[in-house]
Amino acid sequence: MSEELVTIHDRWDIPYDYSAGVCASKFFVELRDHKRLMATKCSKCGRVLMPPRSFCERCFVKAEEWVEVGPEGTIETFTIVLEKFAGNPDPPFALAYVKLDGADTAMLNYVRGLDFSDVARLAYRIRIGTRVKVVYKDKREGKITDFEYELLS
Amino acid sequence: MRNVAIVGTGQTPYTTAVNLTYEELVYTAARKALEDAGLNIGDIEAIVFSLAPTSLLGIDAAERWCIGAVGGINKPFMRINTGGATGGSAAQAGFFNVASGLFDTVLVVGAEKQGDTADTQLILNRIMSVRYELPFGLNAISMAAFAAVRYMKKYNVKQEHFALVAIRDRRNALNNPYAHLKGNYTMERVMSSRMLCWPMKLFDCPPRSSGACAVIMASEEKAKQITKTPVWIKGVGARSTTYWIGDQISGALFNEYGEWDAITPAAQSAYKQAGITKPHDEIQVAELYCPFSVNEVQATEALGLCEKGQSSALEEKGHWDMSGHLPVNPSGGALCSNPIAITGLARVAEAALQLTGKAEKRQVDGCRTAVTNSPGGTFQFHAVMVLSNKL
Repeated sequence: MSEELVTIHDRWDIPYDYSAGVCASKFFVELRDHKRLMATKCSKCGRVLMPPRSFCERCFVKAEEWVEVGPEGTIETFTIVLEKFAGNPDPPFALAYVKLDGADTAMLNYVRGLDFSDVARLAYRIRIGTRVKVVYKDKREGKITDFEYELLS
Repeated sequence: MRNVAIVGTGQTPYTTAVNLTYEELVYTAARKALEDAGLNIGDIEAIVFSLAPTSLLGIDAAERWCIGAVGGINKPFMRINTGGATGGSAAQAGFFNVASGLFDTVLVVGAEKQGDTADTQLILNRIMSVRYELPFGLNAISMAAFAAVRYMKKYNVKQEHFALVAIRDRRNALNNPYAHLKGNYTMERVMSSRMLCWPMKLFDCPPRSSGACAVIMASEEKAKQITKTPVWIKGVGARSTTYWIGDQISGALFNEYGEWDAITPAAQSAYKQAGITKPHDEIQVAELYCPFSVNEVQATEALGLCEKGQSSALEEKGHWDMSGHLPVNPSGGALCSNPIAITGLARVAEAALQLTGKAEKRQVDGCRTAVTNSPGGTFQFHAVMVLSNKL
């Protein structure tokens, strides 16, 4: 009998239309139509949740009050992606969790407008504590990628 | 609760591409564990199946294929999935099954097969929030990088400290015939490896591993009949936290993402059950599921094996080496072999080998008590187990 090993080529390609839900839909529409970042506030602990969610995981109660946060904030952590991963944008790019002014939690997005020629220097430039501002894209689609962060200085 | 012992373990060598099918891998480990215990499949009363997200295998609900491969026909069978923590959670489920008195013998078994797709990080991206985070290509490596940046800032450690972890693990793995990646590497080699997601370089990251692991647990009465060297499960602890990394880095929850301290209460539960008050002195070996180098720095501290912020300084002194005060990952750990669905279970199996004196070239002398952990999701599931060769 042959020792040849057979492989079977196949792929998953499954379309979805994800329902964003009531809470995130409000956030995305405000972002798209009014260039505002709206967070939810816990009715018990007052924690301002960004990105917004409809309940507080800490208090286990609804978070239905809406408050505007930003447009500036502080980098809480970051990474600089230099490797190409399937499905990812082409590197290099930088990602940061930013606590927007007025929010109690940090939100992920790209940091744009950076020079990647010296990665160690860049890592210092976007270090924890660095101040950023929100920059909206001209063409907004009601998606989380409708805005990016940009260094203030 | 009844006392529970591990009476047999089985592992296959870990590598990326394997010629066995998924169910053949599972079968192989189950057979090895039965042989190790000197049992027949008919002696097993219930099955706990350790299987994380199955898209890594490219098939859905793969546990269905494996009922026969684990001797599960006409027996209770449950699949456990807490992401990366799956193996640790499955071991705990096996423990509960026996400790409760419901079953006298339980087979905890599973396998991982990542070699059939090159896109592990694409798949791990699919565990992220479609609304808010998935579009940024967030994956396990960037998850680790976010934690590393937080830790480096707070405790003023450098990438070289993480490199020391990788060097130790890969060196230890030379003694482990099952390990996937192994070798003697220099600081220069590790530091010059490709930067993937700053500050995580190629050598700070685990391989895409395939392989299988099985652990057989038994009640005290049965265990004493089966083996002269039972390994007692002395304590188990688990804690979970939010999916949201941005909630964990803002001081708004009980844990801090950069310190992995969601593990701490899980460890404290396990230590309390085991009667351990000074883990750094009462534990002789730690088999940790730390997929990224930074995670070992965090976990040794969060598990109370040293003071906060001290792990790297101790690393420099050889504290965690095979010849050190508390050897960490004699097997090489997850940084050398990461078959995600069973990496946590392999930690338990490796601890059992250490405690029975069957760890061969990677044996830590005088090992009486061991600790294992497993992290899952966005480092949000944590399972800790304490094992001992003394009841």
